[in-house]
Amino acid sequence: MTDPVFGPAPDEDEPELVQLLTPEGERVHHPVFDLDFSADQLRGFYRDMVLVRRVDIEATALQRHGELGLWPQLLGQEAAQIGAGRAMRPQDFAFPTYREHGFAWCRGIDPVRILGLFRGTDQGGWDPKDHNFGLYSIVVGAHSLHATGYAMGVQRDGAVGTGDPERDTAVVACFGDGATSQGDVNESLVFAASYNAPVVFFCQNNQWAISEPLERQTRIPLYRRAHGFGFPGVRVDGNDVLATHAVMQAALQRARDGQGPTFVEAYTYRMGAHTTTDDPTRYRRSADVEQWKAKDPIARLEAHLRAEGLADDAYVAAVAAEADELGERMRRECQELPEPVARDIFDMVHVETPPDLVAQQAAYDAHVASFAEVL
Amino acid sequence: MVTMTVAKALNAGLRKALEGDDKVLVMGEDVGTLGGVFRITDGLQKDFGDDRVIDTPLAESGIVGTAVGLALRGYRPVVEIQFDGFVYPAYDQIVCQVARFHFRSQGRVKVPMVIRVPYGGGIGAVEHHSESPEAQFVHTPGLKVVTCSNPADAYTMIQQAIACDDPVIFLEPKRLYHSAKADVDESAPAAPLWESRVVRPGTDVTVVGYGPTISTCLDVATVAEEEGRSVEVIDLRTLSPLDLGPVFESVRRTGRLVVVHEAQVTLGLGAEVAARVTEECFHSLEAPVLRVGGYDTPYPAARIEDMFLPDLDRVLDAVDRTFGY
Repeated sequence: MTDPVFGPAPDEDEPELVQLLTPEGERVHHPVFDLDFSADQLRGFYRDMVLVRRVDIEATALQRHGELGLWPQLLGQEAAQIGAGRAMRPQDFAFPTYREHGFAWCRGIDPVRILGLFRGTDQGGWDPKDHNFGLYSIVVGAHSLHATGYAMGVQRDGAVGTGDPERDTAVVACFGDGATSQGDVNESLVFAASYNAPVVFFCQNNQWAISEPLERQTRIPLYRRAHGFGFPGVRVDGNDVLATHAVMQAALQRARDGQGPTFVEAYTYRMGAHTTTDDPTRYRRSADVEQWKAKDPIARLEAHLRAEGLADDAYVAAVAAEADELGERMRRECQELPEPVARDIFDMVHVETPPDLVAQQAAYDAHVASFAEVL
Repeated sequence: MVTMTVAKALNAGLRKALEGDDKVLVMGEDVGTLGGVFRITDGLQKDFGDDRVIDTPLAESGIVGTAVGLALRGYRPVVEIQFDGFVYPAYDQIVCQVARFHFRSQGRVKVPMVIRVPYGGGIGAVEHHSESPEAQFVHTPGLKVVTCSNPADAYTMIQQAIACDDPVIFLEPKRLYHSAKADVDESAPAAPLWESRVVRPGTDVTVVGYGPTISTCLDVATVAEEEGRSVEVIDLRTLSPLDLGPVFESVRRTGRLVVVHEAQVTLGLGAEVAARVTEECFHSLEAPVLRVGGYDTPYPAARIEDMFLPDLDRVLDAVDRTFGY
């Protein structure tokens, strides 16, 4: 559309996706983003995705059984998260949203520890430093600034552009299409551009922000937002684990090399509800969901593995059995998650607990004890 | 012993902190080349480089949010918010992120950062440049909130705040930046950060203030003395946690208390002090605790701002009223 005064509007045509594996499982090549994947790598992606899907299904079931208060479903986004997560090196650091169960898996976080947040036994069940993986951010987009600031720290530590593959560090800010409307995300893009910070903005565009479709957030493809901030953006097929991996590996290396930020839009679809309290039948057509089912990330990799002779029925069954074991363990260990100790909340507020809180804790203790005496 | 303004004392304190710890960073709008709109960071970028004294894009949430990330990486950022009224764009980051990382992580994560905010009125400024938002931060668990009223405190308290492992909101009475001058002994042992202080002993009535109102409170004591009343003045210094021990001790002697601040009185610090004094000193009180502060209006236009600020006459009037019960 061309405005008579201001000229052409930004190009609204849908861009080509970077893709290395078609929905049918055919390996295709890309002139820029292409990698040779080893058999182990391909099988590893498959196993990761199957197990992470099971984590998601199991947690959803645990919510239905009343064991969790809430669960934000990952279903459909396995390739985006596994492809990206497996492109990170140990020294890299990711700042996740609350739907990053696949990323968490790649960073070595036991799924049971994620359940604590949604069971209400804690508000963040791991030490970010132990995994170089932040706590789930519930405020949409707020952590994109933390990622950028962390990347500014990486720069000050001289951990970019040294050429040492074990030292040079990239940071990942994970967020979704809805978050791109947030001020904090936009400010993080400004800061990252201004300081040329080693951060990759990994946007999983799953088409829905609860009930609001992508069109409510943007009039241009999201990856093109980056151009307005002054750095590259690219759209990748987020249901293609190989393409996501290849693009993220390139973007992360670019950051580590000191060439600055990149915006990666992983184009995918939220197959499930926003969370277990949501009812997507109120706002989207099942025909659309069916269309995306045909692009399933696991099915296409399985087809490729079988075609290449890298997987057979026995292999698929073995991974499924491993998933069954994982599910069984999650069900058991979810119920075994330790209950939080109420009086501990007073100790967690400050590093140096002020006297008023010590007094409130003592008053709470006395209050609790007064009931014990009555009994 | 060096004679310093509050501005110079803060500058010297920041310099000391930058010298003492490589992880300390100063960041904010115009803090580098310009030295800050109030010149608090004057010369620091020249001496410590633009990696440590960082001019930021003009976005307060971005400043505080990236400072959180730097703190998570092991730095100790000292953030300057240019004016009190511009802290609100960063409010979500301060309240939901800065204040809660430690709690959210069950004590695993520390966010040692200082958010410096010039606050208070009396400088003839346009809207959003004269506000006193302290109660909003005192009401937020996980933050520490302090304010200085004189050059010596400015010099030591900023260093103590930077050394603190918890996030600190550091409120600077901008009206005093270049007006209050005093001798600062840089080698003198610092008073503990989390303590209020009796700045003028007295026997008949207690007046509690902090930051920009302390000079008014001291003037009140001088005038009241001429009228035969002995006023004890206490500078709270730390607003969160509150250190009310000296206030309780004082009120038990005087039986009368007036709390003074520029912030709106409703649910201001005065309300909290009054409640706690009532709990702790009920039988000693000869009069209700009175509050003198800003009215429950937005801060008014500069030509009439004096009517909003607690001045000598309004505080003296409150002191007189405590003798009317």
